[in-house]
Amino acid sequence: MSALWIATIGTSVIAFLLKYSGHSIPERFLANPKIQRINALIPIALLSALVGVQTLTEKSSLIIDHRLAGVGVAVIALFLKAPFPVVVLSAAITSAGIYNWL
Amino acid sequence: MGSPGIGYLRQNRRVSKVASTTLRDSFSVSLTVGAYGVAFGAAAVANGFSVLQSCLLSLLTFSGASQFAVVGVMGAGGNPISAIATASLLGVRNGLYGVIMAPRLKVRGIKRIIAAQITIDESTGVALNQESRGEDAMRHGFYLTGFGVFIFWNLFTLAGALGAQAMGDIRAWGLDAAVPAAFLGLVWPRLVTKRDRMIAIAAVALALALTPILPAGLPIIATAFIAIAVGLRP
Repeated sequence: MSALWIATIGTSVIAFLLKYSGHSIPERFLANPKIQRINALIPIALLSALVGVQTLTEKSSLIIDHRLAGVGVAVIALFLKAPFPVVVLSAAITSAGIYNWL
Repeated sequence: MGSPGIGYLRQNRRVSKVASTTLRDSFSVSLTVGAYGVAFGAAAVANGFSVLQSCLLSLLTFSGASQFAVVGVMGAGGNPISAIATASLLGVRNGLYGVIMAPRLKVRGIKRIIAAQITIDESTGVALNQESRGEDAMRHGFYLTGFGVFIFWNLFTLAGALGAQAMGDIRAWGLDAAVPAAFLGLVWPRLVTKRDRMIAIAAVALALALTPILPAGLPIIATAFIAIAVGLRP
């Protein structure tokens, strides 16, 4: 089985088990405020890290290229409270423009 | 959603008690969030997944952040273990939502399996928003939003995956920047306090600093320790 298939099936199985186990354990397990706080912060850390890695790395080296310009425009769009499709499209158009014509 | 839709649904006894506000909340969330599926389908194919694998992730994993994470880590050259671990860390919160929803849904057997699969940010969020309208409204909001997002998310995933597959060189279409921009769009609404923004900046810095040193995927998982360290402080 290829690495992509292992990732696809493995992620799916664990995602379901996490959801199902939540439906099967008593509510008091949620009471700990520290667990709730960590749970709210983990997506911020992991998703931000993904933004950084997907924008500024290629294999194991750091690199600045057309993607940074695209994501920079996305940041501006988000500051201007643009809706999600505008954010993504403005990043794509900027990046593609630099890649194709510069 | 206009009133004709509501009138039609009133003829059906089983959903006759669904409040129109609950229906409207569920539908608007389902459509908007479901449309993000285009970005996921495109991101998955851009990172080397097949159209079938992209669609299976949406059908079976059915949790946006986890799905983006698994394709992001694999695309960065990570191994499946790092990809699964990152995605699963992001999936823990669905388990916590299940703990909140279970006492309100009170379902067993196959119904519990279905309810578990549609336990995500949006279904739980809409359900909790209906709290003032009573437990029935919460249940309706949960199921309508859960099934609604499921349908739209999967249809849009297929569209995005097929679209990206037709592109050829994804860089020429800007997809390699659209993917991190989509992650950014997911995390942006969560950056409410100054502390949230500091965590985000620290996570980017740590992941970049570790990229030349650690195997792909691990720099991303490592940033979970920032969240744990901050969360454990009183």
